[in-house]
Amino acid sequence: MSALGAAALAAALLTSIYTVVSALIGARTGDRRWVDSSRRAYYAVFGLLLVAVVALESAFLRSDFSLELVAGNSSTTTPTLYKATAMWGSQAGSLLLWAFVLSIAGSAVLYATRNRLRELAPWATAVMAGVATFFIGLMMAGTIFPSAETYPFAALAAAQVPLEGAGLNPLLRHPAMAIHPPMLYSGYVFFTVPFAFAIAALITRRVDASWIRSTRRFALIAWVFLSLGLALGARWSYSELGWGGYWAWDPVENAALLPWLTGTAFIHSIMVQERRGMLRVWNVSLIVVTFALSLLGTFLVRSGVLQSIHAFGESKVGPPLLVLIATVLIGSTLLIISRLDDLRSERRIDSLLSRESMFLLNNLLFIGLAVIVFWGTFFPLISEAFTGQESSLAAPWYNRYTTPVAIGLLFLAGVGPLVAWRRVDPAGLRRAFAVPLSVAAGAGVLLVAFADGLAEPFALALFVAGAFTLAAVGQELWRGTAARRALSGGSPLSAFTALITRNRRRYGGYIVHIGIALLLIGVAASSSFQTSRDLRLEPGDSGTVGDYSVTYVRPTSEIDPVEQKIAFGAIIDVRRDGEQVALLSPSREYFASSAADPSAPLRGFFEGEATSEVGRKEGAARDIWTAVQPDLSSFDPVIDRGDALFARLAKRVDPADEAAAGFIAAQQGQAIRSLADRYLNETPPAEIRFNVNPFVIWIWIGGIVAMLGALFALWPGAEARRRRVSDVYAAKLARELQRT
Amino acid sequence: MDPAKKRQIRLVVALSAAVLLAVALIYTSFNAANDAMEPSELLAAGPGTSFDVTGKVAAGSVENGDTLRFGITDRDGGRAVPVVYDGIVPDPFREGREVIVTGALNDQGVLVAEKDSLITKCPSKFAEEHGDDPNVIIEDG
Repeated sequence: MSALGAAALAAALLTSIYTVVSALIGARTGDRRWVDSSRRAYYAVFGLLLVAVVALESAFLRSDFSLELVAGNSSTTTPTLYKATAMWGSQAGSLLLWAFVLSIAGSAVLYATRNRLRELAPWATAVMAGVATFFIGLMMAGTIFPSAETYPFAALAAAQVPLEGAGLNPLLRHPAMAIHPPMLYSGYVFFTVPFAFAIAALITRRVDASWIRSTRRFALIAWVFLSLGLALGARWSYSELGWGGYWAWDPVENAALLPWLTGTAFIHSIMVQERRGMLRVWNVSLIVVTFALSLLGTFLVRSGVLQSIHAFGESKVGPPLLVLIATVLIGSTLLIISRLDDLRSERRIDSLLSRESMFLLNNLLFIGLAVIVFWGTFFPLISEAFTGQESSLAAPWYNRYTTPVAIGLLFLAGVGPLVAWRRVDPAGLRRAFAVPLSVAAGAGVLLVAFADGLAEPFALALFVAGAFTLAAVGQELWRGTAARRALSGGSPLSAFTALITRNRRRYGGYIVHIGIALLLIGVAASSSFQTSRDLRLEPGDSGTVGDYSVTYVRPTSEIDPVEQKIAFGAIIDVRRDGEQVALLSPSREYFASSAADPSAPLRGFFEGEATSEVGRKEGAARDIWTAVQPDLSSFDPVIDRGDALFARLAKRVDPADEAAAGFIAAQQGQAIRSLADRYLNETPPAEIRFNVNPFVIWIWIGGIVAMLGALFALWPGAEARRRRVSDVYAAKLARELQRT
Repeated sequence: MDPAKKRQIRLVVALSAAVLLAVALIYTSFNAANDAMEPSELLAAGPGTSFDVTGKVAAGSVENGDTLRFGITDRDGGRAVPVVYDGIVPDPFREGREVIVTGALNDQGVLVAEKDSLITKCPSKFAEEHGDDPNVIIEDG
């Protein structure tokens, strides 16, 4: 099976090289046979990579440790879900995933445009196949340079095949973590499609909006994937790490945020080009930058050039990726410069108060945000270059700059839908802005009067902007529904459904704006009004945190022989005004270290990985969040005594004697159990972090609403289906005409 | 005013705003940044100033108690600097791991860390070459 996968991967490399060559010939000569052949070859790349992925997945599911990748990232005791997802826990597996997703995205767009964009498609095919060739080539290069660890099917020599694999890191055993990497990768990869068509449009000088129309869905899909990847990462950080935050401005997080920012700008600005024929240079530049930032994200994760909690160890794929990024940037820039004449706008902006200038302003803010994040992320390299001293910027620096821009963007999310294209007259302005502005002002007054809003001016500004945007979008939906009812009657609900399904793109966008407003309100509230306290409690002790009284009721302990872990926890009673709000049971799990010293089996349990199981109660107004860290220093003498005993025992028995080994294992199990009992009976004090996080749940709700809105926007409407049918018909007609 | 002139003015205003922002960005980032150091460099720099110290948790140095105490050495070993730390200890923290902690040396030569400033590098399964230590199956990134 693995041999089949390896063969398929090698064949995929040859096929994708053929795709590039045939697409280029087809593009130069205009010969349809070459073009069709290159398109089919691209489909074949998809098929071959599918075989490779299935083969590798089956090796993971069968725990075939003769593959280096499986032995290093999975084990027989790994739960099945994580066996399946362990593939992208490694560099080689991630590369395969990258190439595979690219083959899906590319095949989809080539199929969708098979009867359209005859001039652009072959060039775009060549670009997409070129990128695929790069990544498949990187994997195959691993057969020549095994130390680069890029080849997914690297086999271990028969003598080296271990009985048990290394397993997946316990921290990563979380459903969000299982799908977070492929979502991010898919986000990165799907931006390749609009990039490829932009390049094709530049080469052929067909720089009207047709390349945008055929690929904007792919940009939206990329946006949804990236958003989902970011949201899952944040969610994992919040619920799994004993830290309590969801965003830390870590370089790798920023690397995923950067293409999201420029991609969001792109999704907005292409509407101006479609509608008014403006911003052409801007749009091609944006998609080039977005694609380059996607590659940079992949590079940052893997290269170890920046200090990050995600640092994956230094890898050898950094230099080739940098070469690719440089090629993309330099090549595209030269291409854009040589086509400047063709890219001139059809029109100019009529008025500063028009939808197109709002889009422009929104773009400037998004780019400004991207520049800030980029600068902060790469500051260690910049400062080292200028001062010789590597220094880094922390969250407060990012917050100071990003918060005002975020407030501006949130405000624009409400202004944009209210202003018309071209220009607005003062009467229309009043009509559109009266209600949202009064809602925003009302919200501001209420917050200042009842919630001491002035104490946190930035949070207050974000809430006011959020209220404005929610009111503005709500008003648009309301007026649209009312107008539709006046026209065709029916119930409010049917009128509303008719309204939004008639213009999915516009109203899907509005839904995204609602989601982002909710999300940012959640971010502002939870970061400005968090209550956090560390308590050191023994069973029976109580403490107070803000309005809450917290009691450590009793300890808990649990042994899991399958995952080889032991959990020590606490039952914590949370009350407010004497009334129970929550009964939480946070715990800390200790995983036996497979690298432990065999002569100290008990110590090994507490020197391996340890993870926090957070005790959490989510609510619409606030989350109550606790993590516990038992102070096990009083266990040290007991552990040392036990280990000394086992060390003596191990010396006396013959390692080959199975009965004796079994006896020792049973004794070790007994010893671990008695440690667990000791935790219950002679409970040591525990450090308990107790957070009250207001409105956090709105971050997740807002994120889901935004993604659903984007999905709604990209779902093909009735009009698109009609267009597709007519395309197929036109192609058929063209073929018949050729024949006669 | 004729439209061309108006556009020019707009462009100048926008560009100067961008330049101002850029200068502010550059200026504050050089001021706000913490210099990154290894423990040996920290010892050379002396007490008083706050730095981001990157290093390895020294073997056998971790003492859990009311506050966490541990030693931190350069990546390739050397003298351990004692650290006192209060706040959340990240899950992957343990001996031999690479950590980043923000703080300043006091007069006793102890690195007093800022609350909640401890960062532990993610122990990803993505392993580099597995050093000489036969016990280490997976090295940390």
